Amino acid sequence: MSTFLLLTITGLGLGAMYFLIASGLSLIYGLMGVLNFAHGFFLTVGAYGTWWMENHLTGIGSITLRYLVASLFGLVLGAAVAALVELVLIRPLYQRHIEQVLVTVGLSIAGTALVGAIWSGDQRPFVTPPWMNDTTRIFGAHIPNDRWFEIGVAALVLGALELFLRKTRYGLIIRAGAENRSMVTALGIDVRKAFTLVFAVGGVAAAVAGALSNVYFGSVTPERGTSLLIFAFIVVVIGGLGSLTGSAAAAVIVGLSQQYANYYASSGLGDITVVLLLGLVLLVRPRGLSGSFA
Amino acid sequence: MKRAAAFVVPALLVVGLALVPKISLDIPKLFNGPLDSPGTLQLLGLCLLFAGVALTYDLLFGFTGLLSFGHALYFAVGVYIAAIAITKWHWSFAVALLFTGVVGFLLPLLVGAVTLRVGGIAFAMVTLAFAQIGAVLAIKNPHNLTGGEEGFGTDYTKLPKAFVGVLNTKNLYWLALGYAVVVFVVVRYAVSSSPGRVWQAIRENELRVQVLGLRPHAYKLMAFVLSSFLCTAGGVVYLLLGTGPNPEVTTANLTLTFLIMVVLGGAGTKWGAVLGGVLYTYLNNRLGAIGDSSTVQGLPKVLRVPLSEPLFLLGTLFVLVVFFLPGGIGGILGRVRGAPTGLRRLEMALRGTNGAATAGTPEQRT
Repeated sequence: MSTFLLLTITGLGLGAMYFLIASGLSLIYGLMGVLNFAHGFFLTVGAYGTWWMENHLTGIGSITLRYLVASLFGLVLGAAVAALVELVLIRPLYQRHIEQVLVTVGLSIAGTALVGAIWSGDQRPFVTPPWMNDTTRIFGAHIPNDRWFEIGVAALVLGALELFLRKTRYGLIIRAGAENRSMVTALGIDVRKAFTLVFAVGGVAAAVAGALSNVYFGSVTPERGTSLLIFAFIVVVIGGLGSLTGSAAAAVIVGLSQQYANYYASSGLGDITVVLLLGLVLLVRPRGLSGSFA
Repeated sequence: MKRAAAFVVPALLVVGLALVPKISLDIPKLFNGPLDSPGTLQLLGLCLLFAGVALTYDLLFGFTGLLSFGHALYFAVGVYIAAIAITKWHWSFAVALLFTGVVGFLLPLLVGAVTLRVGGIAFAMVTLAFAQIGAVLAIKNPHNLTGGEEGFGTDYTKLPKAFVGVLNTKNLYWLALGYAVVVFVVVRYAVSSSPGRVWQAIRENELRVQVLGLRPHAYKLMAFVLSSFLCTAGGVVYLLLGTGPNPEVTTANLTLTFLIMVVLGGAGTKWGAVLGGVLYTYLNNRLGAIGDSSTVQGLPKVLRVPLSEPLFLLGTLFVLVVFFLPGGIGGILGRVRGAPTGLRRLEMALRGTNGAATAGTPEQRT
């Protein structure tokens, strides 16, 4: 029972990161029809931004404070890079979806290689606030504290995104734009501003995932973004492209089944189970769980 | 006259390429050794091999309009299955080849049947996910078959003698050349056959194909299986050219490499893909040498660090090509003739009602 609980919480922690990446992917696709292959690179930017800042803050305040400040820096960096990418690389190719995908592919490869060239392609250790490495005892299970932190942050982001989309004017424009872009444009609203905004929001979410992944894995590496991106893709497809709640549900399912299969069956089987799950969803519900295939 | 030229020029090119191992010409800067040295022949062999593999990807992406992110899986099938059958199961080379061929046919049939249920961008994501199974199996080393992160060496005593040893590099070069030629001929025949015309019609406008009473799914599956099978054959050639299986051939990065080759040369053109494959392989192998050269090492750090990373340079080059040369290098000629080529043509197709039946873009839903 205690193992099961540990697996569940760890799976949810992993799912939290998948959701954070998938939410940005899903929003961007929903509004713009762009598959952003560079989204994993945004995560890497957030992860390295956090890592870099934390190293430069050494000796100031407590580790927790340093981590939070560094994460904030990572988020701002992620948002800035994402907005810049939209303005410089995506906007000129407006409406040319294949070329937009290709540009993000090129960016992802070049960006990851650049990070590797500057800070070496190997793993670098990340200093985690000690309380996150401690465990809490619940029903006999020792749960690492960082898992709660990851789940909490992801839930917070989901709530914030929902509020943003439902309650603000920009959220309204984004939802309307996803529904019918030409109509929104015809009403005299500049949808392109919403594009940049959506990229920035997606960049923040990916950078949050980056800052969390530093804690989850206890290290930084340039390849992490790309490897997590693959599962985020699976989450997005299972959840239904363009649906936030669908992504959240799918992220939980994917994270949990990966952990369970890895433990109860054999290591490595988790990844395969997830892909088979994807195949099953495609056969039964090709439009994803939410059914709102963009 | 024009028809004759279409056969004579490629034939002359193939004869010229076939004679390369017999020429002891030293081309400084471009190659490390003379043309007939094993090192140079190995590099040229890889260039030709990837020219063929790029062409198989072009069949999917450029001619049928299917953006797959999982093509590396079929390449890896060629490399790994053949190597495992020979080395771990101690099968003879011929039986191993036959078995690899069967897997190389059945696997894409199965994966294609499932993944082709979604179209457009979702197809890209789903193929990536399925190819990930290959990457996981290669790393996790089930039953000690795949050798994990290190891969393993092939049992060369089982390979045909003509393809083993440094002295036989010229045979490997000819093998790679033969592979490229076979793929070229097959693709050329396939895209001008009647299913081939349907593939291109699907690329232009899938809905219209459906309205004409044809089933796009069956045709797309046909293109998917043919392209994947030819790619698996390329994997076997790669196994013979290299030392043994290595998890790198299973990664999504390899698929992205194929994509870059095709776009670089010109998607939807046969010669473009071949050119892109040769150029990319050559640059990827030689840019490292440029990065280590004294000219680059003498530069200030801001310039030196990015310039010594081939993938950074190639990624940047790719972005530039997409922006400024959408027809790829092969598209320059087409543009002179005034015909839309490569990406531009794909894009025009996508802007039609192509996506409506599959994963349409937001404005197409309205």
